[in-house]
Order: sequence, then C-alpha cells, then structure tokens
Amino acid sequence: MKRDFPVLFERSRAGRRGTLPPAPPEVDLASLLGGDNLREAPPRLPEVDELTVVRHYTNLSRRQVGVDTNFYPLGSCTMKYNPRVNEAASALFAELHPYQDPDTAQGALQIMYELQGYLAEITGMDAVTLQPAAGAHGELTGMLLIRAYHESRGEGEQRRVVLVPDSAHGSNPATASMAGYEVQEVPSGPDGEVDLDALRAALGPQVAAIMLTNPNTLGLFERKILELIDAAHDQGVQLYYDGANLNAIMGWARPGDMGFDVIHLNLHKTFSTPHGGGGPGSGPVGAKAHLAPFLPLPLVKREDGRYLLDYDRPQSIGRMRSFYGNFGVMVRAYVYIRMLGAEGLKKASAMAVLNANYLRKKLAEVGYRIPYDRLCKHEFIAQPPGGLKALDVAKALLDYGYHPPTIYFPLIVKEAMMIEPTETESQETLDEYVSAMAEIARRGLEDPEWIAHTPYHTPVRRLDEVAANRKPVLRWRPEGED
Amino acid sequence: MNVPADRKYTRSHEWAKQEGDLIVVGISDFAQESLGDVVFVEVPEAGREVEAGEAVAVIESVKTASDVYAPVSGKVVEANEALADEPELVNGDPYGAGWLFKIEPSDPAEFEALLGAEDYLKVIEEES
Repeated sequence: MKRDFPVLFERSRAGRRGTLPPAPPEVDLASLLGGDNLREAPPRLPEVDELTVVRHYTNLSRRQVGVDTNFYPLGSCTMKYNPRVNEAASALFAELHPYQDPDTAQGALQIMYELQGYLAEITGMDAVTLQPAAGAHGELTGMLLIRAYHESRGEGEQRRVVLVPDSAHGSNPATASMAGYEVQEVPSGPDGEVDLDALRAALGPQVAAIMLTNPNTLGLFERKILELIDAAHDQGVQLYYDGANLNAIMGWARPGDMGFDVIHLNLHKTFSTPHGGGGPGSGPVGAKAHLAPFLPLPLVKREDGRYLLDYDRPQSIGRMRSFYGNFGVMVRAYVYIRMLGAEGLKKASAMAVLNANYLRKKLAEVGYRIPYDRLCKHEFIAQPPGGLKALDVAKALLDYGYHPPTIYFPLIVKEAMMIEPTETESQETLDEYVSAMAEIARRGLEDPEWIAHTPYHTPVRRLDEVAANRKPVLRWRPEGED
Repeated sequence: MNVPADRKYTRSHEWAKQEGDLIVVGISDFAQESLGDVVFVEVPEAGREVEAGEAVAVIESVKTASDVYAPVSGKVVEANEALADEPELVNGDPYGAGWLFKIEPSDPAEFEALLGAEDYLKVIEEES
C-alpha cells in the first residue's frame, strides 16, 4: 500500500541514532535476569536521529484536527479545552513511581483522596473509585458492582436482564453483555424520552439494572426520571448512570439525588483532560453506600492525618487495573475542579447548555431540521436540509476547517448530526460555524457533485470506509513481510 | 423505491417470501439504502428455533449495526453462507442473492398477517 506519509520505521537507517547513552557496566545479564528472559536479537526499533523524530511527529500533528486547532463539536464526546495549567500541574508528578512507598507520595494520595471526594459531591454518590482507565471500563466496573450486589443478596441467578433505551450509547448494551447480562431494549416515546409505560412493562424480578444517561443522547433531559427510578427501585432494580452527558447538569442536578445507584464519569469529557488521541482517559465510578463495599481495591483513605491505600475491603470485586488508574489524568481533573470551584463548574454547565441552544436556533434558521425542537441541554440533533446526507455535510465541514459532529447517532434519528459545542466556544466561533453550515447546505443542494466528493483540501480525501471495515490494516509491516 | 409485490414485509423492514414449504427472509431495498454499505453480516445457525419478532441476524454497515428480526416463528433451516465473503450482496441484490436465511414456519397464519407491498410502501412513506 502506497502512503503519502511514511511511518517512522520507514525513515529508519541502520546505525543512525539520536543519543549516545553511556555504556552500561559489564554485568552478566543471564545470571541477573535468568537466561530465558534475554532476547536473542535486539528489538526492531526505528533507527533515527532526534530531528527526524521531531519533524515526523510535528508534521503528523499538523495533519490533525483537534480542539487546540479547530472547533470540534463532536456530540456526546464533550471535546472541551484542556487548560494548560492542567499540564503544568501534572508535569510536577512526572517522576512519581507506582512502587514508591505511600509515605513518600502523600501529596499524590491527597490529590486522589480529595478528587474521590469532589466527584462524590458533584454526582451525589457516597464513594468513588478512580481506577477505571476510560468510560467503557468504568461502565464495566459499575455493572460488576451491581452484579456483586445482587449476588450478595442471593438474587444473582434470578436477575439476568439489563434494560437499555434504544437511544443509548452503544457501549451500554456492550457493557451489559460483557458483564454477563442479557440486554433488552426499551423504546423511546415520540418526545424522545424513555417510554415510561414500555419501561414499566419490562420491569420485573428478572431485571438487574437499567442503564441510562440523563440528559439522553438526544440532548433532552428525562423529565420523568424520578417516577422512572421509583418504579425500578420498587422492583429491586439498580439504576446505572452513564456520565457521558454530565457536562449538561454539573452543579445543577446530581444523579445521586435523582436516585441513581452507580455512575461512571469521563474525566476526559466533563473534567477537561485530553481526549481521543490526546491522552489516556479516566472513568471513575461512584456508588451509593449499598454498593460501596464492592468497589475495586485499593481506595485511598485518610487516617490520623495520613493518606493510605486501603486494601482491607473483603467484598471488593478486586482490581480493575494495575496500580491506581491513570494518575496523570486525575491530577488534571483535580486542577480543573479546583480552578473553577463550585460556582465555576456550575457556570461551565450553564454555558455549555447556552451554546448548544444558540447553535440549535441558528442552525434551524439556516435550514437544518431539528427533530426534537425544544430546550436542549449540552447537545442536540440536527438533520441536513433537502435530502442532503449527514456524511456529506461532515466531509464538507473538513474543508471549512471544522471537525465534523457525530453522525448517524443516535440510531433512532435518520441522518442524525449530533452537535455539542461545549462551554469554551465564543459567540464568534459559533456564528462562523453556522455560516459554514449554511454555505455547505446551499452549495450541496445546488451542486450535488461538489458535496459528494468533499473534502478537497485535506491531507487525504474520502477514505474507503468499506475496505477499512472489511480489511482493516491494524499494524505496519515491512515491505514483503506478512 | 423497489418493493416487489411477490412477497410480504414487516414494519422493521424485513421481507419474507414463500418458497415451497419455506419462508425466505431478507431486508428491503429501503433498509439496505438506509444502512449504507454493508461490511458484515451475522446469520443464524441452521437448526435454531426462532420466535416471530426475535432478533436473529445482525447487519453491520459503515454507519451502524442493526438487528434483523424473524418475520415468522419456526426453525432456521438454511442461512446464506455467501454473505460471509460478499456482504455487499445485501446492497446489490437485496431481494435476490442478498437473502439472509430460510425458516420452516411453525404457524402459517403468521406469514399471512405480514404486510403486503402496498401497506409496506406506506410504512416507508411514514419514515421518510
């Protein structure tokens, strides 16, 4: 396959190097490490000089579209800006080692302890683990807590079903399956919210949990949430909150107060840490007191003014990850929360909702259809006008310097474009985006050939999505090697 | 929109066609058009007992993954193995070579109760 941008391995030249480390002392590695553990051949690493590496990655980064370069309204992903102060703070911990004696890492443990507390307070939960490495990992952790809870009550065999609305994130049914449950879909009503009657009909002693996000993936607040949760709790069913959309309600409403029993958060969404290619995620899980004994170990606790790792948790589901989770991400989220404070977090959510509603109204004015046209939360669904395809509008947006919104999700809306501006975008940015969307719609309707072949100015043009799905190339191999 | 009158349809966009004692099942032209390019099809195993309305196959496209529901109850007797290598048959020939599976029906009345072509066209209109 011909590439226009070589991989670093292809830039390799035998003997070329960036640094000359001092020669290691003469030791008998075989006796030190065991002969079986020694390599027979050196690892195949690219042999390149420092400047080549710098140019390679700098040029790669310039071919990217990210929050630092472009408006990035990717629905349900909360691509918010990662303030640079987060980076400065996390850099302070770069030398920390996970095997360090906790007595020498009190500052780090304090950050984890306080972050557990802040997240519990923001979500209305009683205890929080920071261990899960990302959102879906947090979901799995949460569902395993629910499973452990039912098993502890002798209802593990009986409760085999997890209910998921038809507008749910795909990871919800996938998680329920991974946790060993049978998934049953609950339809949405004409107002875009969960159909309460259908949900009631699906409830019963065989149901373990309901997985919900509120606001839902249409950006709509589930107005019957209290009634819904009461109905579920009456039948012993646990309520799982997918925190993907927490940015809409932070500081205004708490899932714990609504009655949710367990929640996962995405620090890389709601709490501003880098997202996607920008860095690892983090998916802390919060639980109400009845589920807290099952949380993964260790948790960080405070005793006599010292912070320690608490492994004495006999009902714990065990470890979900090596060490303590993605600590660098926790530092960033901690700084974000401390910099904004309670009022600031509340204002961030309000601005996120305001920006989404502003865009919703403005896009409707320039011809986009808004299928659930009422006050939305942090995101909304739009459909392109006049039979244009969401995919084509998304591709055209790349030429206009925007990252496209999420498309074809949620599944219950045809040609869906799911738009989430986040709070950090100015009115000017939003207005420019609306102008671009208006022009794309106008040009696309006038000239179907033009829009069908967008983008024209990106490093690569339309990708062969069918081939990418059917015959994915998952790793580079040298020419002639299978 | 191509809706042949020689078969029955469901609200969830499957077609069902009588072929001797068997019912052949696939998805409609409207369904394949909405899904976009199909990249993977998971068909049920022969011998499986299915209920009408039960999710029995999965079609994955570049846009989404969708369940296919059994239009009638009965036993799956054959699945279209060609789709493993050529899932694009569902796009190119949804009413012919892109068929999904064949069912030996347990209740003939279920087939009769499915939508005729005209009624199915109305369903498409509602959704468009």
